[in-house]
Amino acid sequence: MAEFLTKSRARNVFYGGSIFFVVVFIGLTAHSHKYVVEKSTAGMPLTKEVRMGKHVWERNSCINCHTLHGEGAYFAPEVGNVMTRWGVLDDPEAAFEILQGWMEAQPSGIEGRRQMPNFNLTEEEIRALAEFLRWADQTDTQGWPPNDAG
Amino acid sequence: MKYQSQKVAYAYFVCAMALFGIQVLGGLLAGWVYISPNFLSELVPFSVIRMIHTNALIVWLLLGFFGAAFFLVPEESERELYSVKLAYLQLIILVVGTLGAVGSYLVGIHGGREFLEQPLWVKIGILVAALIFLFNISMTVLAGKKTAITNVLLMGLWLLSLLWIFAFINPDNLSLDKMYWWFVVHLWVEATWELVMAAILAFLLLKLTGVDREVVEKWLYVIVATALFSGILGTGHHFYWIGLPGYWQWIGSIFSTFEVIPFFLMMSFAFVMVWKGKRNHPNKAALLWSLGSSTVAFFGAGVWGFLHTLHGVNFYSHGTQITAAHGHLAFYGAYVALNLAIFTYAMPLLRQRQPYNQVLNMVSFWLMTGGMAFMTFVLTFAGTIQTHMQRVIGDYYMEVQDSLSIFYIMRFGAGACVVIGALLFIYSLLVVRKREVIEPGPHATVAGE
Repeated sequence: MAEFLTKSRARNVFYGGSIFFVVVFIGLTAHSHKYVVEKSTAGMPLTKEVRMGKHVWERNSCINCHTLHGEGAYFAPEVGNVMTRWGVLDDPEAAFEILQGWMEAQPSGIEGRRQMPNFNLTEEEIRALAEFLRWADQTDTQGWPPNDAG
Repeated sequence: MKYQSQKVAYAYFVCAMALFGIQVLGGLLAGWVYISPNFLSELVPFSVIRMIHTNALIVWLLLGFFGAAFFLVPEESERELYSVKLAYLQLIILVVGTLGAVGSYLVGIHGGREFLEQPLWVKIGILVAALIFLFNISMTVLAGKKTAITNVLLMGLWLLSLLWIFAFINPDNLSLDKMYWWFVVHLWVEATWELVMAAILAFLLLKLTGVDREVVEKWLYVIVATALFSGILGTGHHFYWIGLPGYWQWIGSIFSTFEVIPFFLMMSFAFVMVWKGKRNHPNKAALLWSLGSSTVAFFGAGVWGFLHTLHGVNFYSHGTQITAAHGHLAFYGAYVALNLAIFTYAMPLLRQRQPYNQVLNMVSFWLMTGGMAFMTFVLTFAGTIQTHMQRVIGDYYMEVQDSLSIFYIMRFGAGACVVIGALLFIYSLLVVRKREVIEPGPHATVAGE
């Protein structure tokens, strides 16, 4: 490596540059935080039901089979837009009914088909989960996914 | 082994290898469920198998890093560890926490943030163990000689432990949850862990090639500078589609493209040091793993990462099998292989023997590396078809998956190869054979022809 780049210069560039990028990153993160709260997720209020739905989603670790906004396991369908796919994004009652029907039909037991467990959710939990998924679906995700297939 | 307290590393490496075994067996099982989906579905659902697979991986890699630190810091600082007892206490906490987490997962108790599913008490245990570690290792370094290797290693370990705080922060707003979640996940594997990796690699190359310390340490600072300059803002490539502002598409694309550079430099570093080095170190297997790690990391993390990092590409490929392909090869090259390199280097020293079973160890390198490469290729093919059918044409997920089954069968075969390699590796380090499988030839220096 060139002579002008001594070890101590390399070290100083490393420390100085890293601090610079950390500061920029923190600034952008703060702006993004504000943007999420005020803009991208403001389409639907973050109600008690949505919060509860998120806990149901977490307690049953849905993310370790499904993806949500493209993140998670890749074993089961994307659910960030499932309410759009089902055509019930703006209809809480229909969203609940279709989700309840789906959850109660599991596991399908069909040979050779991926199995979703039955999580024995209460009606209240399914309602909350449906609201959570509707809430997630209305987030402005910069146009992703490309189509309803998710 | 120059210092008695380095012996602590032995216990860490053995525990790490046990978890490595669990991790690859869990992976094999998950791969089998793709082929035969009804298998175990009522008893241990896919989600739980996957949790064990990923969590075991993360914990054993961390145990390996901690062990590596306990092994190399005394040598670098030229003094014994501050406290051997604390080091063992830390190990006990981590092992109890890990077993507790696996036990909880099997009975259905877990959190729901991917990779951070550990029950709260385990998360706190990890935090306590990390604090004990930082105290112990920092006291050792402060009292002894400071080198660039220990500087960078400590900085990496301090920062990754601090970032663990975000494992406790889970906002109700899903988009915020995801943003802070990446502070742990991305800033671990694409920033702070790279510091740890580069420091361990520098130590290995220093010992194996005998190149002048000044040269090695200058390289080290340049590598970690490029890692953080690209990796910090490179976090943006996870922020494209989760509800964050559109400017991340450009910041993420540009900076994550630069993330290839530290991996390219690490690969160049390894080969240049071997080229310049005059030392003919007897531990050839450790050298193979060091070169292999930096090379596969360049392809897995660098090339396969770049493959789908630009936002125009990622719009279609996000969350498909392409991500899975990249994840597997990147983790294997950068962190698995590097850990196996330091294990291979340190174990004979810790047991105070000549390097043994080197041929078996090297066979395990090719089995694992070949298997992982094959797995990456078939998953990339699967992901390409998936991207086209699902994202371009708009076919439904399960229909697309049904047409990918041939790739999942090939992936299982590749996985079986990796498991055999992993078990062979563990055998080669733990079981002492009297004779080498193939005797090395006599060493003689010949003039170039």
